[in-house]
Amino acid sequence: MNTSNIAEKEPKTTAKLSSEQTLEIEDNHITVGSCFSDNPKMTMRNVNVFYADKQAIFDVSLDIEKNEVIAMIGPSGCGKSTFLRTLNRMNDTVDGCRMDGDICMDGDDLYAPKLDVVELRARVGMVFQKPNPFPKSIYDNVAYGPKIHGLADSRVDLDEIVENSLRKASLWEEVKERLHQPGTGLSGGQQQRLCIARAIAVSPEVILMDEPCSALDPIATAKIEELIEELSENFTIAIVTHSMQQAARVSHRTAYFHLGKLIEVNPTEQVFTMPQHQLTEAYITGRFG
Amino acid sequence: MQTADILFLLLGLGVFGFYLGRGRALAVANPLGGIRQLHSLPSYYGMHIVICALIPSLLLFGLWIIFDSTVIDGLVMGSLPETITPSDNASYSLLLNKITNVASGIIPATGQPQALVDASAYKLYLENLSRWSLTTLVLMVSMSGLVWGRFKVQAKFQARQAVEKVMQNMLFGCACLAIFTTLGIVLSVLFESIQFFRSVSVYDFVFGLEWSPQTAIREDQVGSSGSFGAIPLFAGTLLVSAVAMVIAVPVGLMSAIYLAEYASKNIRTFAKPALEVLAGIPTVVYGFFAALTVAPFLRDLGNDFGVSISSESALAAGGVMGIMIIPFISSLADDVITAVPQSMRDGSLAMGATQSETISKVVIPAALPGIVGGIMLAVSRAIGETMIVVMAAGLAANLTANPLESVTTVTVQIVTLLTGDQEFDSPKTLAAFALGLMLFIVTLLLNIFALHIVKKYREQYE
Ligand SMILES: Nc1ncnc2c1ncn2[C@@H]1O[C@H](COP(=O)(O)OP(=O)(O)O)[C@@H](O)[C@H]1O
Ligand SMILES: [Mg+2]
Repeated sequence: MNTSNIAEKEPKTTAKLSSEQTLEIEDNHITVGSCFSDNPKMTMRNVNVFYADKQAIFDVSLDIEKNEVIAMIGPSGCGKSTFLRTLNRMNDTVDGCRMDGDICMDGDDLYAPKLDVVELRARVGMVFQKPNPFPKSIYDNVAYGPKIHGLADSRVDLDEIVENSLRKASLWEEVKERLHQPGTGLSGGQQQRLCIARAIAVSPEVILMDEPCSALDPIATAKIEELIEELSENFTIAIVTHSMQQAARVSHRTAYFHLGKLIEVNPTEQVFTMPQHQLTEAYITGRFG
Repeated sequence: MQTADILFLLLGLGVFGFYLGRGRALAVANPLGGIRQLHSLPSYYGMHIVICALIPSLLLFGLWIIFDSTVIDGLVMGSLPETITPSDNASYSLLLNKITNVASGIIPATGQPQALVDASAYKLYLENLSRWSLTTLVLMVSMSGLVWGRFKVQAKFQARQAVEKVMQNMLFGCACLAIFTTLGIVLSVLFESIQFFRSVSVYDFVFGLEWSPQTAIREDQVGSSGSFGAIPLFAGTLLVSAVAMVIAVPVGLMSAIYLAEYASKNIRTFAKPALEVLAGIPTVVYGFFAALTVAPFLRDLGNDFGVSISSESALAAGGVMGIMIIPFISSLADDVITAVPQSMRDGSLAMGATQSETISKVVIPAALPGIVGGIMLAVSRAIGETMIVVMAAGLAANLTANPLESVTTVTVQIVTLLTGDQEFDSPKTLAAFALGLMLFIVTLLLNIFALHIVKKYREQYE
């Protein structure tokens, strides 16, 4: 009994030591990997976000390339949603939320005092975790954005925009017969595609998706993933996901967040085969999260 | 023994029974190996004894109190000699009153007929007897309950279930009491209304255009034949309510929107209770505010502009009623607006809508059924509101749609028909019941409709 105890003790202590050494983030952590791009759609530099006095994002710098799909992964509470929401200034709607640093799209500062948030959100669309169609008809859900932004001059125009958006969200065939029935009557997966159609109806340049499949079953998830791939031809997409398989399937690059810090950004393949940072490795091999 | 003493004694027995039961349960449990061996916790055995000791005896007590005076009066009146036995109802109660007064010494016995003095003595005797037998009976019932409950304390006895069952029945009884009381009121109103409709046809009442309830009291009186057309009253009620809603709906709704969507936490914590205080002002205060401040002010204002405004105008009464209803609407609307999920707002804001676009295009449409339900409830409140209109609206039943003129309302007429000296079987008095019935039906329908809408709305997000 005594001997086995000693035999076990040795490797255990060393394992603990090594994990303590590597799974700790240094205070002046620098993101590893390729976080910058030559052809950026959006650039973020030294972004910090605070909720009241609590800091949620620490000094994150990242570029999002034109027409890429970038996935953000990390344990829950690590600030993925918070970070995503800085990109269309949705955090403005949260009391006590404040950010510093620079975020630019095509070189324009998103946080410039005279920037029009309405216009920004037309250029950067968003899809939420839980499908949230308005309690209106399917048609009115999709027509909502175009009407607000005055994108259609006539009813015919509007019809066309609605049809195109629904087609792009691969929902048209399923709903063309019942455009004027409530959107809330669709299945969860259809509702989420309706929300995507609603977002692309105003022809945004960037689409943000915050765990768009976490409330859906596997078949609906597969459809959305397929859709993301099609959309990436025309849009730049930033997607937060808690499913590593999903990140691996849909994204070109993957960013790993940990406790509000951006640990590693690399091409997706590399992140999932040979992660550069110990923390990333620990996460994708399922040691925490 | 006085009734209060009996109650105190019963209470003491109950407390004693509780400790007796608990102590007995512990004593039973000890040799068996602790209270774990009992079916229920010891205090349940105590409560079971309390129930056995109190419920039957209290029931007996209540029934006795309710019926004993009727029985005694019957016996007393039955004992009277043939010669002074009253022939009709009125003289019967007159005589009974006299006997009671003599018995309690309010009227001196000297100078009264001997039969009457005897009867009052008999009454005193019966009352005394009743009190003593009540005391003995109730205490006996209570004691035997106590003893019975004490013998029931055994390890296997399911005291918890027994107590639970009694609790359930007691709650059920209370619910029944509320329902039956309401039912009783409705039935009595219905009954009196039917009496009224014997003398005035339903058609004349519901569709009649003239209201002047003065009936001839003596055969030879002229004029005042009495006409009971309720249309002017309901028209007046609607006019006043409409004025009230014109004020209350926009103001209430907008303050609800402000509170729910724009106000900072600080303002909210201050403004919500402030609005609730407004809802707590007694309507009589609103009433004299309407009659003494608003109405003269409106009349003077009208004079300045060369418009004649009646000093009992529908505008004044309705306006103040509207102010009274504002908090009602705003708190209901605030509830339904805050119940709209945040995800709706996020979805709209993320589309680039401004906050006011989000509110008008998404939040309000989503909350609309609930808001409409709330408004409907407010309307039924306005229709039934009495104090303000009694003080500030007129008495003359004008059939008009002009809010500057004086109108009267259903509730005002009910009050005037029933105050003062009345014969309780004249059509004039009975008309009040018929009006009450109609009012009840109208508000009931409105409420059912409103609740239906509110319920439908709830299902939408659950
Ligand atoms: N509205 C808020 N107010 C205060 N703290 C918040 C709020 N939203 C998020 N946080 C905090 O910010 C941190 C990051 O949250 P979030 O971005 O939602 O994480 P993730 O999306 O990665 O699960 C968490 O610690 C969370 O508690
Ligand atoms: Mg999140």
